[in-house]
Amino acid sequence: MEYILIIIAAVFVNNIVLAQFLGICPFLGVSGKVKTSVGMGGAVLFVMTIATIVTWLIMKFILIPFDIQYMQTIAYILVIASLVQMVEIVLKKVSPSLYQALGVFLPLITTNCAILGVAILVIQKEFILLESVIFAIGNAIGFTLAIVIFAGLREHLDKLPVPKGMKGAPAALVIAGILALAFMGFAGIV
Amino acid sequence: MNNWKNFTKGFIKENPVFILLLGLCPTLGVTTSAINGLGMGLATTFVLVCANVVVALIKNLIPNKVRIPSFIVIIASFVTIIDLVMAAYVPALYEALGLFIPLIVVNCAVLGRAEAFASKNTVFSSLIDGLGMGLGFTFALTLLGAVRELLGSYALFGYKFIQTDGILVFVLAPGAFFGLAYLIALMKKLNK
Amino acid sequence: MAKKESTFLNMTLTLFVITALAGAALSFVYTLTKEPIDQAKAAKLKNAINVVVPGADKGEIEENSVAAVDGAGELTFYNVKVNGETLGTAVKTFSNNGFSGLIVVMVGFDSNGNIIDSNMLEHKETPGLGDKTDKKVSNWNEQFKGKNPSEFILKVKKDGGSVDAITAATITSRAYCDAIQRAYDTFMKNAAGQNTEEVDTDASDADNTETNEIVESNQKED
Repeated sequence: MEYILIIIAAVFVNNIVLAQFLGICPFLGVSGKVKTSVGMGGAVLFVMTIATIVTWLIMKFILIPFDIQYMQTIAYILVIASLVQMVEIVLKKVSPSLYQALGVFLPLITTNCAILGVAILVIQKEFILLESVIFAIGNAIGFTLAIVIFAGLREHLDKLPVPKGMKGAPAALVIAGILALAFMGFAGIV
Repeated sequence: MNNWKNFTKGFIKENPVFILLLGLCPTLGVTTSAINGLGMGLATTFVLVCANVVVALIKNLIPNKVRIPSFIVIIASFVTIIDLVMAAYVPALYEALGLFIPLIVVNCAVLGRAEAFASKNTVFSSLIDGLGMGLGFTFALTLLGAVRELLGSYALFGYKFIQTDGILVFVLAPGAFFGLAYLIALMKKLNK
Repeated sequence: MAKKESTFLNMTLTLFVITALAGAALSFVYTLTKEPIDQAKAAKLKNAINVVVPGADKGEIEENSVAAVDGAGELTFYNVKVNGETLGTAVKTFSNNGFSGLIVVMVGFDSNGNIIDSNMLEHKETPGLGDKTDKKVSNWNEQFKGKNPSEFILKVKKDGGSVDAITAATITSRAYCDAIQRAYDTFMKNAAGQNTEEVDTDASDADNTETNEIVESNQKED
């Protein structure tokens, strides 16, 4: 039951993008089309879950026992960068079309603060491994939900009369703000 | 590019936040007040300058294929240094900025400058570039922080003008998006 | 761009050297900053305790971890002694019922279980609403000062208690009460089972007969 609460909190109440401001760059950069957004969401789900597991294990079995927690940032980001490289190689072989669609955005997952953010958060929240995995999956779902909804909205935005000065990023950000406002309504359900 | 132009481009013409749309996570995440925005901006500037200098210094020693991971380790080291230093000497600010300090390592503005500039230029110009971009970033964050603090708490740098609650939405998540949206629109207009 | 060849040996060597140098640099900065960081943490804790048990900054603090009586988690007790006399006990307590989840509260009790003072320590409550539980924002939590939870019912008035809830922040107010109630119940249970050498300054207080009777030799662990 507790695990369901972790997921609901991660997806709705503390949505990684709309409430915690992690993953904004891909959120704004990839949300042009719903299809690419779903693909990005999937890639993030994969990388985030595995990265969280590996970094958690590294913290528990290497960093803490040797009292070198200050190496956390370096170790974590190297793990994430390597994982993304692996995903790129795997994706090229398994689904070349998705690989093409994601294009330059795939290596950008490395700098997706959401991945590093979640990896750090599970340590801060003192989760056990299982809770960390659930938390990561929940946040990836939350990220995908936010980016897909946003993409859906943006696909319509192109057809609407937006004032010239607000075209592009400003209008997109206002919509993101309204979306964030909507998600605030979920506060207090957990 | 002459040094002065190199330095000032980070402020308006190529401002990392308003024009290049880089480093948006901390921009939205910590700007609930002007001082937080300023602190975050300065911490990022420190990392930018140090990383740029080191990368420019050893750029010829790094094999091409491992340059990104190498840059990342260099950047991560300086992020950890500023993290430890802030925890030790400015604990209140350190707590306010929280998670976003280690996240400087994935600030696309930082890795972007190392890759796009420092790996191809002299140490001195890389230093100037880092400083200009960093201060431009600081400018953007402090400005957004000030706007949100003024509208959201009727205060600036902690000094409260009116003793009531402000327009709260500005210190909450949606306000970050709205504030940034209008600032970008404004900056684009000024840039013309 | 790079003059060095991207052979496997070069690549691994470079990465290894860079990481090793980074590790060395960080280890150095870490040893430099370890003490200031620990001091900053200790100062922060001492300040938090001093807010709820004034005078703590001049005294000695003994820290204990105590399981909450309702089994909800661990509380931390900070016994404050000045010149060997107990000034009060600060309890770091919590509630999971905040509007945005966990809230951490610090409350100070004297030997009679009266609340000396209390304050919000950590929370993610709404600015302008739930954050009014913090002394920095408003003096809402002054109403708990000096009250004894056996008479001052720790529930909001809407729920039949004595506490004035924050307007439009009932949930946060309830959570704050919940946290203090947990601390009080655990504190009273802990005090009843422990030996105390507290010198009671208020000799006429009838409630103290129980604690006075507990003799030094009675070292019962709860």
